[in-house]
Amino acid sequence: MNAPRTRSRGVLSPAFNQWFARGWLAAGYVFLFLPIVALVIYSFNDSPIPNKWAGFTTRWYTALVKDREMLAGLWLSLRIAFYTACGSVVLGTLAAFALVKYRRFTGRTLFTGMVNAPLVMPEVIIGLSLLLMLVSVQRATGFPERGALTIWMGHLLLGMAYATVVIQARLQDLNPQLEEAAMDLGARPLQVFTLVTLPMIAQSIMSAWLLTFTLSLDDVVLSAFLSGPGSTTMPLVIFSRARLGLNPSVNAVATITVAVVATGIVVASYLIARNERNRTRDMAAASRAGG
Amino acid sequence: MKSAMKSATKSLRAMFTRGRTVVIGTPYAWLLVFFLLPFLIVLKISVSEMDGVRFKDVLTFADGLMQLTLKFSNYVFITQDDLYFKTYWSSLIYAASTTFFCLLIGYPFAYFMARAKPRLQPALLMLVMLPFWTSFLLRVYAWKGLLSENGWVADVLTFLRIDHLLLAGGLIPALDRYMNSPFSLVLGMTYTYLPFMILPLYGNLAKMDLRLLEAAQDLGATAFTAFWKVTVPLSKAGIIAGSMLVFIPCVGEFVIPELLGGPQTLMIGRVLWDEFFSNNDWPMASTVAVVMIVLILVPLAIFNRYQAQAQELRR
Repeated sequence: MNAPRTRSRGVLSPAFNQWFARGWLAAGYVFLFLPIVALVIYSFNDSPIPNKWAGFTTRWYTALVKDREMLAGLWLSLRIAFYTACGSVVLGTLAAFALVKYRRFTGRTLFTGMVNAPLVMPEVIIGLSLLLMLVSVQRATGFPERGALTIWMGHLLLGMAYATVVIQARLQDLNPQLEEAAMDLGARPLQVFTLVTLPMIAQSIMSAWLLTFTLSLDDVVLSAFLSGPGSTTMPLVIFSRARLGLNPSVNAVATITVAVVATGIVVASYLIARNERNRTRDMAAASRAGG
Repeated sequence: MKSAMKSATKSLRAMFTRGRTVVIGTPYAWLLVFFLLPFLIVLKISVSEMDGVRFKDVLTFADGLMQLTLKFSNYVFITQDDLYFKTYWSSLIYAASTTFFCLLIGYPFAYFMARAKPRLQPALLMLVMLPFWTSFLLRVYAWKGLLSENGWVADVLTFLRIDHLLLAGGLIPALDRYMNSPFSLVLGMTYTYLPFMILPLYGNLAKMDLRLLEAAQDLGATAFTAFWKVTVPLSKAGIIAGSMLVFIPCVGEFVIPELLGGPQTLMIGRVLWDEFFSNNDWPMASTVAVVMIVLILVPLAIFNRYQAQAQELRR
């Protein structure tokens, strides 16, 4: 669809509009990226006093290697995030499937509400309620102990909501004729899912995995409510340090995080673009061969 | 032949139904246990009495008498205590302000993104996603640095004499002091939730049929009128989605008020946290949570309805 050639009937000329648009976008991006840039620059500041530049140094990074608290937190967070992502994707795919494929089932409204609510519900509420439930269960049965497992449960709840949204969007856009064709050719429903549906939603499953991984890695409130002694996640370590004031070790962690995320996004975008090109090329070849 | 086909269809349907039970049942059961049940427990504990570290049973049976003991004193306390009321009100105001500023900055942003050259749009989107994927905790922490003494933003604001304006509005405690104030809180929250406003708006605006605008202009509308009478009403769903995605979590925010807020900024999320972690008063924390849920029920219902509508439209 081409952009319409708008004739200016108003006070503002098209040129002004264009520069206004560019200016707004530029200012917006500066706003979004300014904190990140500041974090990175000050991570090389040779002074524990914030905002006073005293020379270039990498000592905060070398100090990180010896920072047991942070490293232990990082390791715990990575493990929890991994399991959260895996669980969220499984539950999210099931929920997305239920919402898209099955138009009517008893209690669908409640289901939809429960699936969407964690997206917006304040985390303090989710954290408190989940903790109280787990404590009640623990008092009755002696299980589970508060720790990595309980943190995982909380993150899973949040992750599932996000995963469902992502996968559902893709599932809804799928052409149902492909699955119907497979069934006409004799495939059982499970085969239809694994051989036809799953490959088509594979990319959104991957995005959902990465999204829930990031979410879990970054979570503060749920982790604080649901953690136990000895299970301090990295965000909790950062949060307790940040509460006390400005701390260059946090800047160093931040810079590493930004570098990893930026690389990941660039690589992912490249792979997605390449995937798209290959797919359109294959489909064009198939239609040429078939025709 | 007919009976064989009939039994085949029956077994196929049975298998399908069984699979269907698993597909719907698993997430449903999980949500009931881990989402709904906890809320009911919170409700119960908010009316329970604490006995040391244990909760007294709400329903007791002794001497042939079944007794239901509901302690409503926490709720009474909340309604009577001025501070709680002020805190709830203040949280709603901060959340509304954040939503307003996110809309103010985010709508034009999403609009210009959607009207940019199609070739550029994926890159523009990626640039919005990048901060979103970077830890929000670290970015909020960064604002502590930017707004503290000699921070970049602090220096710029002081240079532009904006602190006089903010001081006059009661948004900062003193000249050149931007941290731990209503200003820093709203700035931090707007910054954090801006992508949540931009993304649904962009999704909505990008799908808009531009020929409608052409038609409006052919009918004699100025660009300005076309915008207000065509674009904005069509993007209403995106506006609502974005606003709810910002407003509802902001009401109960804890991390941002804790890092960027101060003694002046009353937020109910912090109150809940303090009741739970500092006072160890679990019934009180539960009561605070229940009242918070009641406050956000209406926006929650709006959000839920939008989600359901969006689903229907896609079919």
